Amino acid sequence: MLIQEKPIQLLPETARQTMSGAEMTLRALVAEGVDTIFGYPGGAIIPIYDALYDFKQELNHVLVRHEQGGIHAAQGYARASGKVGVVFATSGPGATNLVTGLADALIDSTPLVCITGQVFAHLLGTDAFQETDIINITTPVTKWNFQVTEASQLPEALAKAFHIARSGRPGPVLIDITKNAQLQQFDFPEYQICHHIRSYRPAPIVRPEYIRQAAELINQAKRPFVLWGQGVTLGRAEAEFRAFIEKSGIPAAWTILGAGALPTSHPLNVGMLGMHGNYGPNVLTNECDVLIAIGMRFDDRVTGRLDKYARQAQVIHLDIDPTEIDKNVAATVPVWGDCKETLPLLTALVEARTHPEWRQRFEQFQAEEVAAVIQDELFPTSDELTMGEVIQQLNELTQGEAIVVTDVGQHQMVACRYARFNHARSNITSGGLGTMGFALPAAIGAKFGRPDRPVVAIIGDGGIQMTIQELGTIMQTGVDVKIIILNNQFLGMVRQWQELFHERRYSFVDIASPDFVTVASGYSIAGKRVSERQELQSSLREMLAHPGSFLLEVMVTKENNIFPMVPQGCSVSEIRLR
Amino acid sequence: MSEHPIDRQEYNITAYTENQIGLLNRIAIIFSRRKINIESLNTSPSEIEGIHRFNIVIHETEDVVRKIAKQIEKQVEVLKVYYNTNQEVIWQEMALYKVPTDVIAEKASVERLLREFGARAVVIRKDYTVFETTGHREETDRLITVLQPYGLIEFVRSARIAIIKHSDGFNRKLREFERTEPGSEVVENEFLNNRDGVFSM
Repeated sequence: MLIQEKPIQLLPETARQTMSGAEMTLRALVAEGVDTIFGYPGGAIIPIYDALYDFKQELNHVLVRHEQGGIHAAQGYARASGKVGVVFATSGPGATNLVTGLADALIDSTPLVCITGQVFAHLLGTDAFQETDIINITTPVTKWNFQVTEASQLPEALAKAFHIARSGRPGPVLIDITKNAQLQQFDFPEYQICHHIRSYRPAPIVRPEYIRQAAELINQAKRPFVLWGQGVTLGRAEAEFRAFIEKSGIPAAWTILGAGALPTSHPLNVGMLGMHGNYGPNVLTNECDVLIAIGMRFDDRVTGRLDKYARQAQVIHLDIDPTEIDKNVAATVPVWGDCKETLPLLTALVEARTHPEWRQRFEQFQAEEVAAVIQDELFPTSDELTMGEVIQQLNELTQGEAIVVTDVGQHQMVACRYARFNHARSNITSGGLGTMGFALPAAIGAKFGRPDRPVVAIIGDGGIQMTIQELGTIMQTGVDVKIIILNNQFLGMVRQWQELFHERRYSFVDIASPDFVTVASGYSIAGKRVSERQELQSSLREMLAHPGSFLLEVMVTKENNIFPMVPQGCSVSEIRLR
Repeated sequence: MSEHPIDRQEYNITAYTENQIGLLNRIAIIFSRRKINIESLNTSPSEIEGIHRFNIVIHETEDVVRKIAKQIEKQVEVLKVYYNTNQEVIWQEMALYKVPTDVIAEKASVERLLREFGARAVVIRKDYTVFETTGHREETDRLITVLQPYGLIEFVRSARIAIIKHSDGFNRKLREFERTEPGSEVVENEFLNNRDGVFSM
């Protein structure tokens, strides 16, 4: 027996019911507060879909066009709403199509529960039709996974799945249910939500001595610098974070997954970190005396060359996941714990400061970056449109209120750099894994997760073609997603690297595209193509005002490069402006 | 970052876990994704019913071993992980040797073998004899060399098992786990108290 067996509290006869494993599964989802499922049926999960027929009131099932689209939609849903995303897929190819999304969700700490059908238990290991060993395939890309072969194992497996997915550092969980377990009738006691697993410590206990040491370092610092990541949002600690920043007066920069936890317009928000981040935050990382990292993991795209990264600084690292402490950058003071808990303790001990001279340094670098890069990108004088001006125009129309979902590549860096955010959970992008094809399905999921907010997907001409079939999901559900394709007729980021580091040997980056507006119209989605500056704003306006989904293809400069840039293998202070 | 190869040495990783199908794979891939070879792996029930103990030996730098130990402990079904150098543990491997009885009886002094190597005859048959010995790798290796000329038929060695020298109290902690289950208070967090000694009691 795999799950810890506990004596089951026998309930009075009236509370106990006989039902199938499939029906119990859906009851568990309802009990866990699930309202939306993204999925695709198939042979081994038919019993669950049969039960779903009777749950149309409680559960909204979104039929996607490909399981990868389903899991990215669930990721978008989870990232936008803060709830657990749920996916259904069948065995074999249905299950293997989830792998990319699981890897993406694991590295970006997104809470998911994926339920896959599996062949009958007696067929396991026999190479049965659509049998694949999905537990072993997904072990490296799940926080936890489990195969259920008996209906009686289901209640505890599902309860653990939801607890593990959403607690501590969130992540994806996969539950594989054999067909016999779905069909089996069993005596089902009332569903119990799981709050505790003895071998699982979601969050370390906060150590007051480390809080004190961190506060001392901060209070003595002349040039303190805060880096924040998604941990602030995952911990729902945006208010606590803001209070800490405002009292300590420390300039703060963000990783792309952290964007929005402090509004873009906040005076202490000094911009984006990393390879294509802002000039000041990168250079000054190597000049600060105390570096305070909050809910971020020092990804190599953030740090550049590690042996030349912030060597002069004392590092305070706040993280819920002890494996992140000292993994890439050694911490002087490790503040283990949930930042919702640790930040207020730290705020109480830090002195109110303003650091005017130090903040001025950031402003000087910002002015330099505006002159060298940003002005031309956002307000170009050349004939052709730039990606940056599209984002700039969009900002003016949405005023930072939209959820922006991006794919991967040049358009992603431009959108992250220039999109303005008033709220957390507004920048949904594939950060750690860099999954092209993420944005379209993730935007669909984000809209289901937050129907009250406008959702704008910004996608390249390469990425859209990886999951373009999800236009079918938009057509069938009528979900309102605005899609902007920034078409530079290239796989632009790879082309940029080939230009800069491979002597312009443009190897297979010249990608042809269909007529996207015609494709959209085939799915009954309104669309428009724009290539002239004078039409840009009115087209964006038309898109945003359109009732329902709209695809706007914007033809932009073919060979534009994203700057600033920290070339691979270089230090953050070697960032190039051109 | 990268330490000199000279800093690499044998480390003994001890993990206490739930008894869960698939957990062996979950632990094994933490090594294989870094292209680290597992020199020896033993898994068996611990002194507490339902809790298993892994003993894993790898040849690595302490920096890597510490990160791996944390990544193992992060797995949902792992209760606790320690890592120790060979000096910090008492360890043994067991070996079995099968040799032809007639040769060994005629040509070698069985009595000498048994005494010198602390060996024990497990089975003595007309056609073959099986010796057993426990010890460190070099010791069990030495007996192979000695027996080889006498027609060693088969040899097998077990994985390493190791006891941590300064491990007073973990048994008590495991029992606490048992007693407080399914309580929700999370008391077991002592590795965070002593950062430098993480995982090494």
